[in-house]
Amino acid sequence: MKKLGVFVCHCGINISSMVDVEDVAEYAKGLDGVEFSTDYKYMCSDVGATLIKESIKEHDLGGVVVACCSPRMHEHTFRKVTKDGGVNAYNLEIANIREQCSWAHDNKVRATEKAKALVRAAAIKALMDESLESSRTKVTPEALVVGGGIAGIQAALDLADTGYRVHLVEKEPSIGGKMSQLDKTFPTLDCSSCILTPKMMEVYNHPRIDLLTYSEIESVEGSIGNYNVKVRKKPRYIDTDKCTGCTDCVSACRMKDRVDNEFNFNMNKRSAVYMTFPQAIPLKTTIDPDSCLYLRFGKCGDGPLCVEACEVGAIDFDQKEEILELNVGSIIVATGYDLVDGAALYEYGYDNYRDVITTLELERLISSSGPTAGKVLCPSNGEAPKSVTFILCVGSRDETQCSWCCRIGCMSALKHVYLLKEKLGKDSEINICYTDIRSFGKGYEEFYGRIRKEANFFRGRPSEVRMKGDGLKMDVFDTTTGKLLEIATDMVVLVPALVPRTDSDTIARALNISRSGDGFFLEAHPKLRPMDTFTNGIFIAGCCQAPKDIQDTVAQASGAAARASVILSKDELENDPLVAAVDPDICAGCGICVEVCPYKARTLNDWTKIAEVDEALCEGCGACVIACPSNASIHRNFTKQQIMQMVDNIL
Amino acid sequence: MGEFEPKIVGFLCNWCSYTGADLAGTSRIQYPPNIRVIRVMCSSSVDPIYIVRALMEGADGVLIGGCHPGDCHYINGNYKARRRVVLLKNILGTLGLEEERVWIRWVSASEGQKFADTVTEMVDTIKKLGPNPIPTRWDI
Repeated sequence: MKKLGVFVCHCGINISSMVDVEDVAEYAKGLDGVEFSTDYKYMCSDVGATLIKESIKEHDLGGVVVACCSPRMHEHTFRKVTKDGGVNAYNLEIANIREQCSWAHDNKVRATEKAKALVRAAAIKALMDESLESSRTKVTPEALVVGGGIAGIQAALDLADTGYRVHLVEKEPSIGGKMSQLDKTFPTLDCSSCILTPKMMEVYNHPRIDLLTYSEIESVEGSIGNYNVKVRKKPRYIDTDKCTGCTDCVSACRMKDRVDNEFNFNMNKRSAVYMTFPQAIPLKTTIDPDSCLYLRFGKCGDGPLCVEACEVGAIDFDQKEEILELNVGSIIVATGYDLVDGAALYEYGYDNYRDVITTLELERLISSSGPTAGKVLCPSNGEAPKSVTFILCVGSRDETQCSWCCRIGCMSALKHVYLLKEKLGKDSEINICYTDIRSFGKGYEEFYGRIRKEANFFRGRPSEVRMKGDGLKMDVFDTTTGKLLEIATDMVVLVPALVPRTDSDTIARALNISRSGDGFFLEAHPKLRPMDTFTNGIFIAGCCQAPKDIQDTVAQASGAAARASVILSKDELENDPLVAAVDPDICAGCGICVEVCPYKARTLNDWTKIAEVDEALCEGCGACVIACPSNASIHRNFTKQQIMQMVDNIL
Repeated sequence: MGEFEPKIVGFLCNWCSYTGADLAGTSRIQYPPNIRVIRVMCSSSVDPIYIVRALMEGADGVLIGGCHPGDCHYINGNYKARRRVVLLKNILGTLGLEEERVWIRWVSASEGQKFADTVTEMVDTIKKLGPNPIPTRWDI
């Protein structure tokens, strides 16, 4: 029989304060197969690892049980230690006596009793563990980046510059994302498009970037190293090879100035054929099928004027949707965020009063490519406001809506104070109703110090915005002075919460990645694997993970690119050997397992009529093992015998 | 003899419920130590025979934890688990064993609080039911 070693970790006092570790180690000595047992302060330290390795040699151990933190934390570490000690790495078992014992309980006697049971179960499993070898699969050295905002752009550029081919998929006709709608960025007041456009150009001209705009992810199959992705490329009705971006078609269109312009939040009108914004990449127009007369009714006057206007003949009404197939080794998801569109906005009269706008709408008013060519004017009367009031945390930090902080609202409002003073003059009045000013980043507090003198700050959330006489008014209780104030103002700017995109559920399901309770994509570990997901080979960057500013987004995108290149740089990857197998002597060839497998990893051999497992496709869920009526199906190192023995021993 | 402390065996899927249970610990959310967890890769790999074995060996309750419907790491394993558990519970009823001893619950990786609440609620429920009668019965 295999000889086991049991190693009980104190984790400083994280475990030892609630579990009597010496007692557990002593108890383990009496368990079946246990040759050696000890405890140590930090088993994951170099000294702890050496202790394990030397014990393996000294006692001729064939299996190792470490009672410590969650296997999700250090299973990998101790597998390596076991291997370095000369024992096959799959003879290691972890008893989770920290997360699921010492940290969750407050009764030392009962926690110690539970720890012993967990060690008992781990030991019996280790005794029955098989030595396993990994098979290998080749890696496709190409990446997919989903989302062409600043996060996706940065990640794509980093990967392409490293030498990998990148497919960048963007839903809209142009890349650029939310950053392309901004005028300036805080705290340096860099012109947003001046710093973004060069990067967009670089993407467009990069020999290793395959840019797929106006396209969406249809389905994703496969696994790390080899994902098969289907992309749905929507028809632009423009031959992008011919289009020069002159926009003659836009001026000629019969629907000119009659279609709501989403890019400017419907504050002005566009044509049915349009260029999203002047710096769009690719610089090609798009025909909107919902408003184009020809596409809707098959008739546009005596003939479409865009066709007449286009000197290069780029208009192509016969374009059809295409499904493109890509093979990639790794995927980066950078799909961004939405602004909250809920009750919070309406309490503040967003749907009743035209002069109540959101912060992104103000960005468009300030931008020289916006609906007013950079003049800040009240939408109701077209006059410049003498007073503008910001309401921060609209929907944010609110248990009834979004409990989280949007992380950019305070700084964006401070930036707007500076820009509005520039646009409306020094005498204009600017009020800020805030909860706390969170100026946490590099240079942020200094910027706040500069702006603080320029505006009136009230610490409180207004109850509602109402029309009184001919002006907007609101009551706010200022908690710094303890006074109830009434503010009269010409324009109200709401700074709404950042929320997951409405399509994030679809994306999560297509890619099989998890979301946290707030709906943002879930990282594998909040501190140590912030760009990883639970699905190997898929990474996340930017606001799809959680709200963050451009600085943090770019840093995370570069990080995600580095993580992806760890995979892409390898010729081959080791497959996890903890997968399903078949005992050919027992298999009756009924084929039930073939139907149960969600990954098509199971096939019935035509010749032998015996089920087979493709180890590269098998993800090791174990569903086929339970479905097998004759117990011919085996989940390696999670065998039925092992689990049954664990049940017996854990009680 | 002190108060009856039920023994509960938990089969938690690696991706959601086990991680949720880890999060409860990391967040220092307290729940009774009556539950002892066996980690499985997916709730679909919990053979009903494991549940029966646990009850035969004297467990007072069995908790199967999986990802929320639609969120299974293995696409649809939790639906398979749900079907199996429903069938098993019917059989347990015919044997005269309370169905409330077997729970299947969806706990995501970010729901540490929900995991702790589930265990607390289950321990309370089973305390009311009393000990598993199987060890004292001669007929099974």
